[in-house]
Amino acid sequence: MPTVSFREALNQAMDEEMARDDRVFLMGEEVAYYQGAYKVSQGLLQKYGETRIVDTPIAEEGFVGIGIGAAMVGLRPIIEVMTFNFSLVAFDQIVNHAAKMYSMSGGHYYVPMVIRGPGGAAHMLAATHSQSLESLYAHFPGLKVVMPSNPKDGKGLLKTAIRDENPVIFIESEMMYGDKGEIPEGEYTIPLGVGEIKREGKDVTIVSWSKMLTRVATKAAEELSGMGISAELIDPRTIRPMDWDMIVNSVKKTNRLVIVEEGWPFAGVGAQISHEVMQRAFDYLDAPIERVTQEDVPLPYAHNLEVASLPNVEKVVKAVKKVLYQNGQ
Amino acid sequence: MSTSATAVEQKKNDSRVMGLPKKTLLKWYDEMLLIRRFEEKCAQLYGMGRIGGFCHLYNGQEAVSTGSIGATTEEDYVITAYRDHGLALSKGITANAVMAEMLGKATGTTKGKGGSMHLFDHKKNFLGGHAIVGGHLPIAAGVAFAIKYRKEKKVILCYMGDGATNIGSFHETLNMASLWKLPVIFIIENNRYGMGTSVERSSAIVDLHKRALAYNMRNEVVDGHDVLAVYKATKEAVDLAKSSYEPTLLEMRTFRYRGHSMSDPIHGHYRSKDEVESQKKLDPIELFADVLRAESIADDSYFKDVEKRTKKIVEEATAFAEQSPDPPLEELYTDVYRETGGE
Repeated sequence: MPTVSFREALNQAMDEEMARDDRVFLMGEEVAYYQGAYKVSQGLLQKYGETRIVDTPIAEEGFVGIGIGAAMVGLRPIIEVMTFNFSLVAFDQIVNHAAKMYSMSGGHYYVPMVIRGPGGAAHMLAATHSQSLESLYAHFPGLKVVMPSNPKDGKGLLKTAIRDENPVIFIESEMMYGDKGEIPEGEYTIPLGVGEIKREGKDVTIVSWSKMLTRVATKAAEELSGMGISAELIDPRTIRPMDWDMIVNSVKKTNRLVIVEEGWPFAGVGAQISHEVMQRAFDYLDAPIERVTQEDVPLPYAHNLEVASLPNVEKVVKAVKKVLYQNGQ
Repeated sequence: MSTSATAVEQKKNDSRVMGLPKKTLLKWYDEMLLIRRFEEKCAQLYGMGRIGGFCHLYNGQEAVSTGSIGATTEEDYVITAYRDHGLALSKGITANAVMAEMLGKATGTTKGKGGSMHLFDHKKNFLGGHAIVGGHLPIAAGVAFAIKYRKEKKVILCYMGDGATNIGSFHETLNMASLWKLPVIFIIENNRYGMGTSVERSSAIVDLHKRALAYNMRNEVVDGHDVLAVYKATKEAVDLAKSSYEPTLLEMRTFRYRGHSMSDPIHGHYRSKDEVESQKKLDPIELFADVLRAESIADDSYFKDVEKRTKKIVEEATAFAEQSPDPPLEELYTDVYRETGGE
């Protein structure tokens, strides 16, 4: 199996889908001549030309809306936002138009579109450039939300998202574009709404996704293993639709759950997971569910404050010990 | 040239109807009257509590929808804001389907999902009915982007009120439409008031068509009371868009007879009764009737007859809507996600 970086995997997904389907085009700031702010679209302009790889002015509301209109009459736009923080400028388009078009038009029009780009904190980018917005977008019926954690999933899920006939919010990570991983040879796709057990375990279930999975939860699981605690690590890969069965079944086995997410605690994705597990596996739980999230503050610039605000291995280990009633031992 | 031939020639020169077929002209008159009577019925049904939500009527603006859509073909697209009944009827959606939607019935344009502000019809290339001011402008540019992407000879007419020209999406969209030469015609239906705030009190430039100058876009101001002037200006813009992907901004000066929505007053603190009454003297339907009479295209018996026919269409639409079933409860969960596509 070839080893590629996350950005190469995403590039391959777009390249393959554009070769496969003339209706697919990529639009966004710096995607063409600059070759992508994070080089995800490198080489695509040379291959597909200006008609299909389209540089835009700095006008998110405008070009996200252009994607919606093009999708309504049969094209398959991939709209790149330089970061998801800037998608908030296009929030009206995403929420009031993309998410609602199919329902509000009584099925007359639908919006097969992907909005993709990085989300979450990178390094000392401060409050406006560090947000994890998956819970926000997952709130709206009509949207799907995908958050891959590795190159293999990134490629397979992006190809599926491009073929999906609904608006898909596809959130990557600035910190992960250079991550390397093996991907299968040739054509493959990964369905939306199907999670993956990244590590089998029996004592506790840890649900996490994207950067928190690879940078925090995975390392915590390794550390816990050294303490004789066997953690099962679940990557839902898609936030909406969520693979509830996989999470519930795991909790029925381990009887304990810790959810690790980069976003804020209030109305976070973990709150929803916690509710679903309480509804479906209440009698299986041997401890209250724990959540590890970003602190409930706008993310500060200073390095020490940034680190203090975000989830880390230590916080996850502590939460796991808590659900195992091992704190202080 | 004989005297009589000169007279004929003179008459031809004076003619306002641009050699348009009688059939087309009468169709336009019928359509404008249908919109007027349809909206009057909506006002009545709203008052009776049969129509819910917000309901924005088109009375007074009929020449805009009729003349502009009259300059396009069926395969061209139309998109607008929430004052959409007249445009939907002009685009060929039946009075039955629109009225059923008003009443939230299963037989409505969107099966009762959208209501007055969100009319859609895929088969008629009517892309809504959008209720967030300015939100549909970039979508219109996206449709135009797709037209050009596929090298088609089509156009999209994108309507908005004067109030929409102050929102950010207007400026972003005009810039990109002009920069990329997209076949979209932006039509400002300038009825002088964004809800209760006049253009003078909301816009730093009152000649709204001049906003196009900032985006290097072709523009024109049009008498929106005059269906023939609306047709002529739109036709030129449509032809240009189809031949060279040139966008245009048209400002149609018009007037709404009713309040902003059915919940709002016709006059009061923001505009006087005198203003409303004086504008009604420029009624687009009566002005067009005068032309048709003057050019011997229609006479009083025709006008009487069409009034009768129109009344019947509206009555039938109302009966159809009233007798139609409510949407079944299962409909609540349909059309949220498309199940097709994906892998």
